[in-house]
Amino acid sequence: MSNEKHHIVPYRTYIFVLLALIVLTFISIAITHIELADYTVAGALILASVKTFLVLTFFMHLKFDKPYMRIMVGFVLAVFLAVIIITFLDYYYR
Amino acid sequence: MIHHDSHYDPEASKIGMWLFIFTELLLFGGLFIIYSVYRFMNPDAFHLAAKELDTTIGAINTIILLVSSMTVAMATSAIQNKNIKLTQILLGITVVLAIVFLVNKYFEWSAKFDHGIFPGSEHLINDMSKGEILFFGLYFVMTGLHALHIIIGMAFIIFVMVFVAKKKVHPERYALLENSGLYWHLVDVIWIFLFPLFYLIT
Repeated sequence: MSNEKHHIVPYRTYIFVLLALIVLTFISIAITHIELADYTVAGALILASVKTFLVLTFFMHLKFDKPYMRIMVGFVLAVFLAVIIITFLDYYYR
Repeated sequence: MIHHDSHYDPEASKIGMWLFIFTELLLFGGLFIIYSVYRFMNPDAFHLAAKELDTTIGAINTIILLVSSMTVAMATSAIQNKNIKLTQILLGITVVLAIVFLVNKYFEWSAKFDHGIFPGSEHLINDMSKGEILFFGLYFVMTGLHALHIIIGMAFIIFVMVFVAKKKVHPERYALLENSGLYWHLVDVIWIFLFPLFYLIT
């Protein structure tokens, strides 16, 4: 098992991911300065989700792991999302 | 170098780390849901209270954590490339960045305390609305719990550095290093959501 050849991620991949993350951070700061009313929250959360996707995929190596790892993480995140949606269905229609 | 005597299964230990990360999601996920519901019920108070927070210091801390995440991820590549010196340097940078993050947090919280904003303070109880009290309560609990995770992650990485120095973690056996990285990225991901929710959405 431990003799399997591991994929070594080149350093520049990480540098590109970091640059993308920093750009996304500045975009999220910029969009909250423009008044988009209700879309501000949605925009900031979508950008945060994109950043999380990048961190999970590259920094946390999910891209290079076996598929079952991705399925496991995806499933847990889907359950969490479902809990949020159900909670808000409750509060929104009270 | 290679220990044939002890059991070593990097894939299993990685799964173990992920399972632990899922329990962390329960902890912080619950708090994020509480935040969302209270925000939904007190939109104006949250809007007002969030203006008290310093976006600049929040943004600086975001960049610090993103860079530290990159260095710890690079440390895994470095040890796979059998470059022990670079591994230690990258882990060292991560620890230094963690300390810088905590110093920033110290100044940020001190500024809040100076303005009379801390859990149970008179200013908070007498002059602020229920929604604002909720906002600051969540702010201190969530950023405080996050800072605690920074301290634990930092200790974990220092622990790994000692193991690398003692050659207990080496290019044939680096699962512990990878797992400390996973923990550190989790701390980063939590901050990726804390930053817009507390500092940006004003």
